[in-house]
Amino acid sequence: MSRTELDCRRLLCPMPVIRVQDAIAGLEPGDEVEAFCTDPGVLQDIPAWCRINGHMVLSERRQDDEYILLIKVGNEEVS
Amino acid sequence: MQRKAVALISGGLDSLLAAKVMLDQGIHVEGINFFTGFCVEGHTHAIRKKDQKKPKRNNALWSAERLGIKLHIIDIVEEYKDIVFNPKYGYGANLNPCLDCKIFMVKKAREWMEAHDFDFIITGEVVGQRPKSQRKDTMPVVQRDSGIEDLLLRPLCAKNLPETKPEREGWVDRDRLFDFSGRSRKPQMALARQLGFEDYAQPAGGCCFLTDEAYSHKLADLWKARGNKQYEMDDIMLLKVGRHIRPAPGYKLIISREEGEGKFLQGYRKQYPSLKTTSHPGPLALIDGDYTEQQIEQAARIVARYSKGKMEDEVALEYQDREGVLHELKVKPLSTDEMKPEWMV
Repeated sequence: MSRTELDCRRLLCPMPVIRVQDAIAGLEPGDEVEAFCTDPGVLQDIPAWCRINGHMVLSERRQDDEYILLIKVGNEEVS
Repeated sequence: MQRKAVALISGGLDSLLAAKVMLDQGIHVEGINFFTGFCVEGHTHAIRKKDQKKPKRNNALWSAERLGIKLHIIDIVEEYKDIVFNPKYGYGANLNPCLDCKIFMVKKAREWMEAHDFDFIITGEVVGQRPKSQRKDTMPVVQRDSGIEDLLLRPLCAKNLPETKPEREGWVDRDRLFDFSGRSRKPQMALARQLGFEDYAQPAGGCCFLTDEAYSHKLADLWKARGNKQYEMDDIMLLKVGRHIRPAPGYKLIISREEGEGKFLQGYRKQYPSLKTTSHPGPLALIDGDYTEQQIEQAARIVARYSKGKMEDEVALEYQDREGVLHELKVKPLSTDEMKPEWMV
């Protein structure tokens, strides 16, 4: 299992979602992605994208002006 | 054999309905949403403080979740520039290259369809709904120029159009498709009620900033000032934010209008020279373009005008130059008479 850190700071939605999506495309089920974001919109959009594409948000936390989401890659085949 | 369709999902009602109609016919549907950089979806409400209480949902994701389908969001920012710079079929009322845009998106969807072994494409288009891209004479142009030909099905108006391969081959039942036409939204709203959709997106001014007159004007100003039709992602983001003032052909000021915009512009201070009032509460301004040292005073006087000290004899500002070096300036705010209307972009 690997963990990838993703810098999505200053990106506005849907760019952080696209970054997460593209990172996950190259990972295996069970791998994790930690996305560091500044757009509060990610709190809606990344979990929504994960739900419809079979991945899991393990945690969401706020640190200063940043929103940090930890995502676990699901077992579903991603097209 | 279950057939597979790629649905162009904009986040609006029509694409939601078109995908649902296909799902109800037993088709496997996955959505594609293209990000051009000009999408209204998501951006400005993330910037302006006054909008931050509004829900921040992305309507394309919301649609996909309601439909229970996967959604693939595709970044086409770089490739899309060619469409904006040189649209074969021209612009609409503003800098919106709607027909070229639709052709490009269907072409990209066709490439995705072929790469992922899907059978056909669906869109939520309705004959006569849009003045340029959704007309009876331009809809076949989309099919021809995108190369999709008769593998493009428009479920909401299919009965007004020639039969496509999915209908001919019996993959879908033409009798259960629709014959919507024109600009009225009533048939779509009735179908939405019938299918149990509420709280769907109802964009007032379309989903693309290029259809917006004020935005197009700012983009045209940028091209004129630079002498060419180029832009980077930061340019098109900054056109959505602040008050744009061009006191000289070579440079312009981007002045925040409220706290949220100020915070957003703060993130650009490493890339752009900036001005910020220090003696009085006031906006943050980025300076975009080439300016002389003599023009700094003029710029500072303009920025001071938008501070709480606009009626004072002197306002202090912090000027951060191109190298990031800070300087203190003291200026008299520009008066109403000195502020020229033609500077406002």
